Amino acid sequence: MFSRAYKTAVTLPPLVWVAAFLLSPYLLMLCYSFWSVSAVQVIVHHWSLDNYRELLRVGVYWQTLFRSMWIAARVTIFSLLLGYPLAYFLSFHAGKRKDLFYQLVIIPLWVSYLVRAYAWKTILGSDGVLNTLLQYVHLTQHPLEFLLYSPFAVVLTLTHIYTPFTFLPIYAALEHIPRNLVEASHDLGATPGQTFWKIVFPLSIPGVLAGATFAFVLSLGDFLAPLLLGGPSGIMISNIVVSLFGAAYNWPLGAAISFCMLLLVGSLIFLSERLERKWSFS
Amino acid sequence: MVFLPYSTAASVLDTNAATPKTLLSIHNVAKHFGKNIVLRNISLDIAEGEFLTILGESGSGKTTLLRIVAGFESATAGEVWMGDERLDQRPPYRRRVNTVFQHYALFPHLTVEENVGYGLRVAKRPDAEIKTRVEDALAKVKMTAYAKVKPSKISGGQQQRIALARALVNRPKLLLLDEPLSALDANLRRQMQLELKSLQREVAISFLFVTHDQEEAMVMSDRIALLRSGELEQVAAPREIYSRPATAYVAQFIGHTNLLETEVRGGIARCSSLSWPVQLADGPALFSLRPENIAVVPPATLVVSGRVRLPGRVVNQAFHGATELIRVQCAEELVLIVRTPSSVAGHAEVELEFSPADAVPVRKSAERN
Repeated sequence: MFSRAYKTAVTLPPLVWVAAFLLSPYLLMLCYSFWSVSAVQVIVHHWSLDNYRELLRVGVYWQTLFRSMWIAARVTIFSLLLGYPLAYFLSFHAGKRKDLFYQLVIIPLWVSYLVRAYAWKTILGSDGVLNTLLQYVHLTQHPLEFLLYSPFAVVLTLTHIYTPFTFLPIYAALEHIPRNLVEASHDLGATPGQTFWKIVFPLSIPGVLAGATFAFVLSLGDFLAPLLLGGPSGIMISNIVVSLFGAAYNWPLGAAISFCMLLLVGSLIFLSERLERKWSFS
Repeated sequence: MVFLPYSTAASVLDTNAATPKTLLSIHNVAKHFGKNIVLRNISLDIAEGEFLTILGESGSGKTTLLRIVAGFESATAGEVWMGDERLDQRPPYRRRVNTVFQHYALFPHLTVEENVGYGLRVAKRPDAEIKTRVEDALAKVKMTAYAKVKPSKISGGQQQRIALARALVNRPKLLLLDEPLSALDANLRRQMQLELKSLQREVAISFLFVTHDQEEAMVMSDRIALLRSGELEQVAAPREIYSRPATAYVAQFIGHTNLLETEVRGGIARCSSLSWPVQLADGPALFSLRPENIAVVPPATLVVSGRVRLPGRVVNQAFHGATELIRVQCAEELVLIVRTPSSVAGHAEVELEFSPADAVPVRKSAERN
């Protein structure tokens, strides 16, 4: 149907783009992860698995990775708990105001991530909106310390930021469910509750999986929220990578961590794609 | 004779000696979507075991009426009763009514077997009972071999059978069918019409069937309710609605017809060069004359007494297999459609004949859109 020249012309630019800006940096990173830093702070191209051994040996990397995964898991659960009901309401019960509500969910995405993170800082700080309010109504005598510079603050902020990302695929999945299936279920005697659990929810699973993957992967790799709001106890794996590439000047070790993260995230996405396919029936 | 637009179920189901009991009553149902009036003042009874078809063009409101009975739409006015239970105030899942949807609406994530067992499962029937009833239902529609398959793996006709089994397995009192055959190709469609009809006889459940296809309605129904722009034009058995159409619209919608606008004076109806005796009061009258009730006769034969004879010229003919329809110009503004068994040479002069009894007086249909 299309000529060979035409096919080449349209496929070449994206291929070049991916090769130049995605594959080659990853390849470079992979190389770095096998190199090392000499005593005089120079990166030497000496191939070894030392960096990976270091990762296995030093507990703090593991602990931070697990903490990051635990934070990401909580963010995922909370975004699903917020995003699913919202998507369900919008798709099935918003009626004519559907588009308006949809825009209201999307609009926060226009605000810079940084602004939203700072906003939470303003709300959660010792002299912040929340603490001031709690003391004003005499619920507390002193500012609550755990609100800011804690994993709690990170989870809260990341949940706020990534909920639209879980909402969108769930909403899309729900919108794709033919409404006559819901009618058929009611027709066969199923109550609205039975219809939800037996028909609507199973058919929205691909959206839930996609949304959960978004929330988990994006928050696992986040470094701004922990940097601004996490404090010492809220450090995440990306903060370690940032410092290894920065002040610590240990690019090879940073590259090794990054590569492990890449593998982890890659296999998660692969797994979720497989599951999504298993649960889609169109 | 005056033809009422609503005939009662009792007068029509003449094959049944006992008067059949009314299963479902639709009383003065109306439906408005904003300013748009989709149904006005619909009253219709469905007898137990009856196959009633709601026939109408697209936009006539037939699907809306079905959805009101199923409970997917609520009526703006009127009531729906099943026995002494008022149906229209119940949610769809509390009605002993099941629907076969136009596009089947099978649950894609469930197997054929799970689809069929869905209604029993949500009703929390015992597993053993579900198993046997599902097996029976699948056997009834000859789909036992496909029990473990997902709906996407089977053909449209097979999905149709599953949709039917899924509804019937619940033993509803009334089965609603929303153009269930419209997505099938012509051959399969004809086969399914007959199968559906015999299945209905077998299970003895009332069927409320919606279609836009007048031929389908004639083949399958005990009675036809013809809906036009949200109002019932006529409710009658297929033979009656065909031979005694109440209005010009009915006569034209079901089969072919010649509509003759006449002026009655002194017991004689006149239309162009035609005239025949009638028992109607003076004034304008409209008659429906079916093409097969007009005969082509050899010229210069004796006119049988009482029959109306007129000459004409064949202007065109359309071959329909066993019969053909010819258009005959009888006068300046009088063209009759005639159904003939054999071919008549094109553009020939012919003589036509019909019996005045076959010219059925019909009411002029009200102007609506």
